[in-house]
Amino acid sequence: MASFSLKIVSPDGLIFDGQAEKVIVRTTSGDLGIMARHMNCVCPLGMGKAVVEADGTRREAACIGGMISVVDGEVTLVPTTFEWADKIDSERADASYQRAQKVLQSKESSDTDLRMAEARLKRALVRKSVASSIKH
Amino acid sequence: MAGVSSKEIKNRIRSMESTKQITKAMEMVAASKLRQAQAKVLSSRPYFEILYETINDIVDCNRDFSSPFLTSRQGNKALYVAIAGDRGLAGGYNSNVLKLCVQEIEGKDATVLPIGKKCVDYFRSHGVSILTDTYAEAADISIGDCFSIAKMLSSAYLAGEYDEIHVVYTNFVSVLSQTPATLQMLPLLRQETSKKVSQSDILYEPDAESVFASIVPEYLGGILYGALCESRCAEQAARRTAMDSATQNAEDMIGDLNLKFNRARQAAITQEITEIVAGA
Repeated sequence: MASFSLKIVSPDGLIFDGQAEKVIVRTTSGDLGIMARHMNCVCPLGMGKAVVEADGTRREAACIGGMISVVDGEVTLVPTTFEWADKIDSERADASYQRAQKVLQSKESSDTDLRMAEARLKRALVRKSVASSIKH
Repeated sequence: MAGVSSKEIKNRIRSMESTKQITKAMEMVAASKLRQAQAKVLSSRPYFEILYETINDIVDCNRDFSSPFLTSRQGNKALYVAIAGDRGLAGGYNSNVLKLCVQEIEGKDATVLPIGKKCVDYFRSHGVSILTDTYAEAADISIGDCFSIAKMLSSAYLAGEYDEIHVVYTNFVSVLSQTPATLQMLPLLRQETSKKVSQSDILYEPDAESVFASIVPEYLGGILYGALCESRCAEQAARRTAMDSATQNAEDMIGDLNLKFNRARQAAITQEITEIVAGA
């Protein structure tokens, strides 16, 4: 299968730099799959599962925020957070989920609290679903 | 007479010793913080660089000039995000970056968003208008804060409150060298010296306007975070060097004073002997 050069870089460092056959990410307007010779494009990323297929292996990751760009056949994924499924701390995600739920249910939460809790809840759900998909 | 002066010298040596201990301790603290900061800079640098390149590529390929982020405006209202340290005793670190910032804002209708206590104090005492002093503690700023600053900046830019936004920070070149630098954050400008410009159009999903509206704050946040990492690391490096040379100076002075003390003691003894011999 034809491959293309893919770079994944988050504030934690360079996560992937090499040839890949396929990458699927969740953008703000739905899932986007990219294969070799894709046209130039730029999309902001939403929150969701990212799939990277390289050297015949398929890896999944939780990918939140940032953007993906394809320029002249080079694909650059610049997410705010990117965690491979096997590296996700599911206990932390669980705790974060519980905390967010508590804030959302309490009646005294302010608007900003609610917004932040909602974002936290979404992030935790993405992490949990990606982490659990690897176990089964 | 000799006795008094040797006592004075002894006191000075003692105070010098305690100063040396302090500078030595500060140096060691800075050295260990520097190691952490350096690791952070090294891991965040690829993000910083690739983000910058990617945005530049996008801007270079751009044919759609409707986005306000990409068009320069005539106005003179500028916002400078100035990143300095929280504490002094870091050699020229704070003064270099503040000097550069003052040079930059000269002649402009400028507002400053200071990051770091020293920076807040400096601009407040110089009567420069300050956007907010929420971010006075440079050491406490997380990546989340960077993204919220970025959101605030881009909405203020869109609302026309500022015509350009810059960041002034310190580049960590090496442990021995740190250079202050400025970077224009908004508007995103085409670079004249760009290498290859792609001929094909870019597909923006869902559309150019909403793509820019959501990636520009991300980009600003990333750039701010990178600049902050560089600055923090540069601060520790500058402090380590400054404290190292302070310790060195203290050692030299203690050496000099010891010599003086021994001479004074010797002179006193000689004098006593002479007095005894003369008396006998």
